[in-house]
Amino acid sequence: MLNIKNLHVKLEEEDKQILKGVDLTVEAGKVHAIMGPNGSGKSTLSYVLSGRDGYEVTEGEATLEGADILEMEPEERAAAGLFLAFQYPVEIPGVGNMTFLRTAVNAQRKARGEEEVSAADFLKLIRERAKALKIDAEMLKRAVNVGFSGGEKKRNEILQMAMLEPKMCILDETDSGLDVDAMKLVAEGVNALRGTGRGFLVITHYQRLLDHIKPDVVHIMADGRIVKTGGPELALEVENNGYADILAEVA
Amino acid sequence: MGLPQQKMDATEARLATLSLPQGGWTAATRADALSRVRAMGLPSRRDEYWKYTRPETLVDAPAPQAAIFSPDEAPIFGEIDRLRIVFVDGVFDPDASDDLELEGIVIDRLAESTAHDIHWAKDLYGTLEARGQDPVERPLAALNTAFASDGALIHVKKTPSKAISLIYFHNDETSDAILHHVIKVDPGAEVTILENGPAAARFNKCMEIDLADTAKLHHVRAQGRDHERRAATHMFARLGAESVYKSFTLTVNGRLTRNEVVIELTGDDAVAHVAGACVGDGEFHHDDTVFVTHDAVNCESRQVFKKVLRNGATGVFQGKILVKEGAQKTDGYQISQSLLLDDDSQFLAKPELEIYADDVACSHGSTSGAIDEDALFYLRSRGVPESEATDLLTLAFLAEAVEEIEDEALSDEIVSRLSAWLVRHSRG
Ligand SMILES: Nc1ncnc2c1ncn2[C@@H]1O[C@H](COP(=O)(O)OP(=O)(O)OP(=O)(O)O)[C@@H](O)[C@H]1O
Ligand SMILES: [Mg+2]
Repeated sequence: MLNIKNLHVKLEEEDKQILKGVDLTVEAGKVHAIMGPNGSGKSTLSYVLSGRDGYEVTEGEATLEGADILEMEPEERAAAGLFLAFQYPVEIPGVGNMTFLRTAVNAQRKARGEEEVSAADFLKLIRERAKALKIDAEMLKRAVNVGFSGGEKKRNEILQMAMLEPKMCILDETDSGLDVDAMKLVAEGVNALRGTGRGFLVITHYQRLLDHIKPDVVHIMADGRIVKTGGPELALEVENNGYADILAEVA
Repeated sequence: MGLPQQKMDATEARLATLSLPQGGWTAATRADALSRVRAMGLPSRRDEYWKYTRPETLVDAPAPQAAIFSPDEAPIFGEIDRLRIVFVDGVFDPDASDDLELEGIVIDRLAESTAHDIHWAKDLYGTLEARGQDPVERPLAALNTAFASDGALIHVKKTPSKAISLIYFHNDETSDAILHHVIKVDPGAEVTILENGPAAARFNKCMEIDLADTAKLHHVRAQGRDHERRAATHMFARLGAESVYKSFTLTVNGRLTRNEVVIELTGDDAVAHVAGACVGDGEFHHDDTVFVTHDAVNCESRQVFKKVLRNGATGVFQGKILVKEGAQKTDGYQISQSLLLDDDSQFLAKPELEIYADDVACSHGSTSGAIDEDALFYLRSRGVPESEATDLLTLAFLAEAVEEIEDEALSDEIVSRLSAWLVRHSRG
């Protein structure tokens, strides 16, 4: 599904190398988790994959189902099936959540040559999916993320994911700020999509989320590289011992 | 103190091309306005109040030509139930207009009424304009009072069943129109006044509005889309106790527009909201100059002006809230913001507060900035193409001003015009 090879990324503005050769493959239907110390480059990887400005790829490649995504505009990547749940979802005053989502859904459909979804069908679908995530109708009417609590913002990210039905989902610390019940809801959402052949890259600091979303593979990122890859037990090791042992081992 | 020679010459040169309508109930007022024009002189670029907007083309005779523009969209407000009063290049068009009769309302035309010596508008015509000359001079408004060729005199006695719509057409590339409207709303009555269209190559328009206690007026205006037209407009509103005045202006295109709004809150608990959204591309200069005077207790005023500027367009905002002594519990708000879609465009703002009462809450802010890159990326990452995302954010930016329109059908009209403009201009 997602193939990242030897990805090197520096900041456009300064001479600062952030990713220093990332290799990673996420297969369809699998959940990969990435853990790693603050500042190791996890969010940078997610931004580069989704096409945010300010980064320069100096080496390596990234493909989604064989297509070179690094050459695409952000909206093309989205239409190709890539989705990023932001670590810090953006507030957009003046743009209603509902309008935003319908515009996004229809833009993606249009880009893929599919028919737009009718207002009535959309409304039905969003009500149903919002309900599953315990997002009330009032929140759908508000401006995108404006005045949302931290946890509400994260749930709103998952609602967007549920509506857009992407093939490859990157979740950047979606668990942070979620209460225990919300985390279960989010995990249910992920697990439901996982069964239908989607790929997931779940960035997290905590084992907690991984209790609910059993990862197939766990990667440790440090200083711009994947330094260790293992099974779910790797996450438990981090939870219990921190990163010191792992980093010492690979140094 | 005499006028500088240059100013005097420019003023006399313009006056020489105009002739004062004679006789009737406006004669004395017109003569007085003419002498006030002579005393003030017409605006020149040295005037502080014209620091950001060059007045020459609004003053010079003859008016600069303006090509006729035929928009490929249906005229605005077409679906709104309204009584139409149509002026073509400043000349009343009886065929295109409805009968000027509506229950609860008296409508006269200035040009016709001047045959009489007595008229209900006599106490208002030129009176609110003259009051509005202090503390800042507005010579183009005095010029208007003196020379206006026509206009609608509307006395709202009872709430009418539909809106009154002033429609302006521009068919002559050299037209130089001067219209003056007077609107008087009696206690408890409520009226909606619509205005739309380019009016003339150069348009000087004055509207005097007198709201009695508890009267309400909604004003929604869409200024004409002709790229080369010029306009200097004045609205003078005097608000009685518990009256409500809400005005919104959409400006799309136009080479030069100066919209002055002068509001006097003279009765307690009155409310005045004045808002504007403008979008300009290229040779576009738009100036909102607003002066709100609080002279009563517990009044509320809001000024909300938003401008979207691209390809070297210029936006100007001069806004003042003056709270007079004794105008306690004043709630004054003023915001002016511009969204600059490139580095060539500019926004010049002069927000002012002058307060002589101690128990007031006034705030003002002015900002100018580019599209929020984080928001743009967020939208794009969800699959919304860049141009569409930019439009969405632009409309969101304008929303605070558009939301000042209470009537949903009218605000929908405005939003659809803005969307259409964005589609035409941002997908270049
Ligand atoms: N635009 C930028 N300007 C300057 N430094 C940047 C920028 N973007 C990323 N960095 C730096 O790159 C490094 C990696 O940041 P990144 O946000 O990817 O870390 P992370 O692994 O997601 O950390 P966390 O776990 O705290 O979220 C950090 O040192 C960060 O300060
Ligand atoms: Mg991060």
